[in-house]
Amino acid sequence: MLIADLSRPGRNNASQAPAAVAVNDLPAHLLRKSAPDLPQVSEMDAVRHYTRLSQKNFSIDTHFYPLGSCTMKYNPRAANALAMLPQFLGRHPSADAATGQGVLACLYELQEMLKDVTGMAGVSLTPMAGAHGEFAGVAMIRAYHDARGDAARTEILVPDAAHGTNPATAVMCGYSVREIPTNREGDVDIEALKAAVGPHTAGLMLTNPSTLGVFEKQIQAIQQVVHEAGGLTYYDGANLNAILGRVKPGDMGFDVIHMNLHKTFSTPHGGGGPGAGPVGVSERLLPFMPIPVVGKAGDSYRWLDEKDIPQSIGRMSAHMGNLGVLLRAYVYARLLGRDGMHRVAEFATLNANYLMAELRKAGFEVAYPTRRASHEFIVSLKKLRDETGISAMDVAKRLLDKGFHAPTTYFPLLVPECLLIEPTETESRETLDRFVDALKEILHEARTDAELVKGAPYSTPVRRLDDVKAARELDLTWRMVGR
Amino acid sequence: MPFVPHTEDDISAMLQSIGAKSIEDLFDEIPVALQSEGLTQVPEGLSEMAVTRLMQERAEQDGRYLNFIGAGAYEHHIPAAVWQLVSRGEFYSAYTPYQAEASQGTLQVIYEYQSMITALTGMEVSNASLYDGATALGEAILMAVRAHKKARRVLVPRTVHPIYRKVAQVMVQNQNIELVEVDYDRASGIVDAASLPAGEYAALVIPQPNFFGRLEEVDALTDWAHANGALAIGIVNPLSLALLKPPGEWGAQGADIGADIAVGEGQPLGCPLSSGGPYYGFMTAKMALVRQMPGRIVGKTVDLEGKPGFALTLQAREQHIRRSKATSNICTNQGLLVTASVMHMSLLGPQGLQNVAASCHANTGELLKAVASVGAKPVFAGPVFHEAVIQLAKPAAEVLAALRQQKIVGGYDLARDYPELGNALLVCATETRTAEDIALYAKTLAAAM
Repeated sequence: MLIADLSRPGRNNASQAPAAVAVNDLPAHLLRKSAPDLPQVSEMDAVRHYTRLSQKNFSIDTHFYPLGSCTMKYNPRAANALAMLPQFLGRHPSADAATGQGVLACLYELQEMLKDVTGMAGVSLTPMAGAHGEFAGVAMIRAYHDARGDAARTEILVPDAAHGTNPATAVMCGYSVREIPTNREGDVDIEALKAAVGPHTAGLMLTNPSTLGVFEKQIQAIQQVVHEAGGLTYYDGANLNAILGRVKPGDMGFDVIHMNLHKTFSTPHGGGGPGAGPVGVSERLLPFMPIPVVGKAGDSYRWLDEKDIPQSIGRMSAHMGNLGVLLRAYVYARLLGRDGMHRVAEFATLNANYLMAELRKAGFEVAYPTRRASHEFIVSLKKLRDETGISAMDVAKRLLDKGFHAPTTYFPLLVPECLLIEPTETESRETLDRFVDALKEILHEARTDAELVKGAPYSTPVRRLDDVKAARELDLTWRMVGR
Repeated sequence: MPFVPHTEDDISAMLQSIGAKSIEDLFDEIPVALQSEGLTQVPEGLSEMAVTRLMQERAEQDGRYLNFIGAGAYEHHIPAAVWQLVSRGEFYSAYTPYQAEASQGTLQVIYEYQSMITALTGMEVSNASLYDGATALGEAILMAVRAHKKARRVLVPRTVHPIYRKVAQVMVQNQNIELVEVDYDRASGIVDAASLPAGEYAALVIPQPNFFGRLEEVDALTDWAHANGALAIGIVNPLSLALLKPPGEWGAQGADIGADIAVGEGQPLGCPLSSGGPYYGFMTAKMALVRQMPGRIVGKTVDLEGKPGFALTLQAREQHIRRSKATSNICTNQGLLVTASVMHMSLLGPQGLQNVAASCHANTGELLKAVASVGAKPVFAGPVFHEAVIQLAKPAAEVLAALRQQKIVGGYDLARDYPELGNALLVCATETRTAEDIALYAKTLAAAM
């Protein structure tokens, strides 16, 4: 049922819109000729419809959601309530800073906390998502080389395990991309890196711990290789939750980083956004930070802009990025405090290693058995597939029937039939045990009744969807093919 | 421990299962030299009660103001049901709908959003949204250059929001794309199609209403773009489209009708001002351009029993499949804001949105009359939607400071971006301003001048 199916001509909610006013002073050729095809429903119809739709979602509030590299941890409700205080919601973004000292204080303190947590010299909060932060970061790398007149640096290096956003970002910043292979231990192949760097190297983008769920042990050597070649290093903060409060990207030698506050600082994912992707920079990139940044003079706060940071790469958004998300992260940081932040990495890592140990005992094959898990780890179902024909996707779908969201599947691309599992620190041991039990059951089903697993899911609002039809017979609006 | 449920028993049992003596052992692959000494700038944790007190104090410090300002972000009434529903955990705490069967709520919301935003814009297809209006303009320019294949220059009038132009510049500058500035007519505050420079361009950007609140001659501009082999990119206020001709109908009739891409800021459709975000950018286009679009797109399909359902589609455009050859690096949308927008549009419906738009237009008319009576006349001749530029007797910054004393945010100072306009102030009165508000504004303005 679409909301449009509930629509009846002439039905409306008179108390929520102002009364009709005639408009007769605008030229006819600039006016709309017919009313837009929007639903005409009662408030109750709309409330029921969207409440029902919400019930068709898995979410953190309803399900264990161990999506690798996504850090689906609990989103504290206080953060939502306090970011939505009426004064914050009602404030216009272009109002003078004098009217926003409270909100600016929160942002300034968030900048300072993020600097400390990451070990960077400066933080700009303005990017609106991880990929947006990546763009800001690589644009700063480019601005740095350009400012030195170093135009020969045209290439960004990216490990083959990297998120797809890394190479896509490099291209948007005008760079070509070269992939660096991974060795058998899951670390960067350092000989290949040495062979790849040179006067054409603008920088290296790295996630650590990597998307393979292991901490890159040779990080100091990698930094040396790239820096000696004149390149800069970029830290993709997707997995910062694994080391929050324990290892600072700045101490690892990175020149520029982004953080995903919707992961590490527990702001909601909202069904795919809004996020927040602040960037942190080392001393040498401070002049290039995106604006606006919050500055403090005495007791008052103000926006720093082009006049204050003249070499800035510029603005990333019309205003100040996803400010409400930043407020939620601020509240979360204040609730956690110093000790709470240390515990994030500790318990995220404890949960991942426990889950990995239990799954190995249950007969699952992990991709890097000689390594510690970081906050996540990879199970490879290649043997199961060879033995039973059951794929990682089948297992993922069957997990939905057991009441668990699936882990990340088929990423990273290096490991065949992989599940990338990230439990996060907010899950209890009982939940992890139930998840292990569910996977054991599926393993048993795969060996005894493979068709059952191949047909999953059964209990969700729809069963497996025809993606080919979706792409070939495009139906992107309710006018396109018809209801 | 905040948000960590482990008991001491849990910890020891888990460590035993792992075969580790302590949690410290789990970090033994990290070189010791890299392990942090600790945090110094993060204060001790606070209770929820203490943080609540702190945030309430900060909110009260900021207070409440009467907004007579727009400039890309507009105060509108949002039905109470909208954010109560949006805050449901099933929407609020879900992730990107990668597992379609477990995300039908989010996916259907996006499909309904695509249907509604294309209804408003009169365009054929929409993506699932972008970060905000400014980045949507940047993505539209990149998309137009991809589609055009030859030209890497795009015409951008000065009547486009100055910050949007800056953001677009940041997004395109490293890809050898040139944004060519087009000036406006000083008397009318709009772009004269006859003044557009000859040459090969990938696109012409057409704002409606423009940054000054004025209505551009969109038909003539769209026709100019098409006659010159350029795409027409509309940048529109979606609320205004309840009254104004949608971009899909701009220009000549026939095969060439309409803008090719229409983008804008979704904030007026259910997103609170929130000091600037989160909002969302919308992007709609002609069907022929769908494979050039950045970002997510949701399609309707069927499951293996033939039951209708929704899934992400055309993913071969995207970074997680195409990596360096993707149409953009974006890998999110502003899902929760789109959810709010869908509910906002459903609750208001076509009539309600039209009433809101008409009421904004009427209130701005009243505001202009009131301020003209105290000597602040409109700078430009010609029709406006719900914003206009007025000329003050002294610098806008001084007047705004005086208005602030009366708890009024009085408008957007144009001195920095349009110094040629003198003491010009961009003002706005949405449906939320009453006759009393407007009278207070005029009186306070008179005193300040």
